[in-house]
Amino acid sequence: MSDVRNVIIIGSGPAGYTAAVYAARANLAPLVFEGAVTAGGALMNTTEVENFPGFRDGIMGPDLMENMRAQAERFGAELVTDDVTAVSLDGDIKTVTDGEGTVHRARAVILAMGSAYRELGLPNEKELSGHGVSWCATCDGFFFRDQDIAVVGGGDSAIEEATFLTKFARTVTIIHRRDELRASKIMADRALSNDKIRFAWNSEVAEIHGDGKLTGVTLRDTQTGETRALAVTGLFVAIGHDPRNELLRTGEAAEVALDEAGYVLVDGRSTRTNVPGVFACGDLVDHTYRQAITAAGSGCSAALDAEHYLAALVDTSTPTAAAAEARRIDESDPVEEPAEGALSAATSALFTTTVVGRHS
Amino acid sequence: MALKSTTDATFADDVLLSEKPVLVDFWATWCGPCRKVAPILEEIAAQYGDKIEVVKLDTDENQHTAAQYGVVSIPTLNVYVKGQVVKSIIGAHPKPKLLRELEEFIG
Repeated sequence: MSDVRNVIIIGSGPAGYTAAVYAARANLAPLVFEGAVTAGGALMNTTEVENFPGFRDGIMGPDLMENMRAQAERFGAELVTDDVTAVSLDGDIKTVTDGEGTVHRARAVILAMGSAYRELGLPNEKELSGHGVSWCATCDGFFFRDQDIAVVGGGDSAIEEATFLTKFARTVTIIHRRDELRASKIMADRALSNDKIRFAWNSEVAEIHGDGKLTGVTLRDTQTGETRALAVTGLFVAIGHDPRNELLRTGEAAEVALDEAGYVLVDGRSTRTNVPGVFACGDLVDHTYRQAITAAGSGCSAALDAEHYLAALVDTSTPTAAAAEARRIDESDPVEEPAEGALSAATSALFTTTVVGRHS
Repeated sequence: MALKSTTDATFADDVLLSEKPVLVDFWATWCGPCRKVAPILEEIAAQYGDKIEVVKLDTDENQHTAAQYGVVSIPTLNVYVKGQVVKSIIGAHPKPKLLRELEEFIG
């Protein structure tokens, strides 16, 4: 069992790394679990990021993340390239178990696990994954030189992928359920004026065909229900993301309150979850904006909220259970244990004050 | 320990004619997930090098071999025994999962 830390950050996208920069600069010596193969988050699989302020000529997604990582490290964040397999978040001391089974303890935890790409949910999708069905245009686009391929989706990531894939493919068909794109105007215009890009409007993928490798899909018209075949050797799926909350749902009840869609609920404009000392940020909480810059902004908020929470634990003049525990574990300034009655009264006072105003 | 690289020209000698099972990491410089898998494979090579060879093949520079084995997604990790592909692992996975997948070769 390791020492009790101030704060553990789970996740390493713009939210996790920004939280790490702020927490490190507040001398909280954060421990950051970056993920064994997901370190850097969704931007690791993108190409040019043109809308992150401060980079007027754009920056490659992986470079942006490497910069954030180095910035966090420079101020003393401890970065671990491992997954978290379990968490226990209630109580004053939270535990986080890593991929090797080591249990880490901290007074505060910042959740920044981000989101995972959504699957179509069709038969054959898994079997043909890696054999024509792909979720990473930057990884796999190269293998579809001079071929006819398709992208499913109508948002920014779908359009970015489609535009990127025209570097290799002969044609790229964008399959979209509606008759207009959700993507930002500048991205949409770029796709609409690209000779290699075609559109299958009001269409969804009904079937995926191929034995060992993808040969085509059946499209269904979302208005009329009519079906038609589209021969493609590559199908890039970009239909959105779901919050990566599995870690919070291992027990019977979720570790922190989630909404119907599985996003972590936070208190108003803060990053406070319904569990004291647990904060959430980035795509894990964000239904709406889901941008690198908004994730970074909420990561900053989470670090400041955690800092505030930790300061209150130490500064509080009445000996609360949490403060007593914190001091006891620091062993820097041993305090006498308050009488048991006083302790429980103080504990309930602490929880009453922190819980008021939440999602009640 | 850096992994040994194989190429279109040396693939037969390095992989197909090997006495030991060979794990080939099909990768490319532009592939983010590939960069995540590389250090894990280096560890596996260091730990289990007596049982399995681990080599990497840059798909950008060795398109013939990648195409021959139908690689259209990277990272793809193929295990060759006596010249035949006996296992194919697609995508980046954490080390414990890779070790489970490779158990029959390193156990």
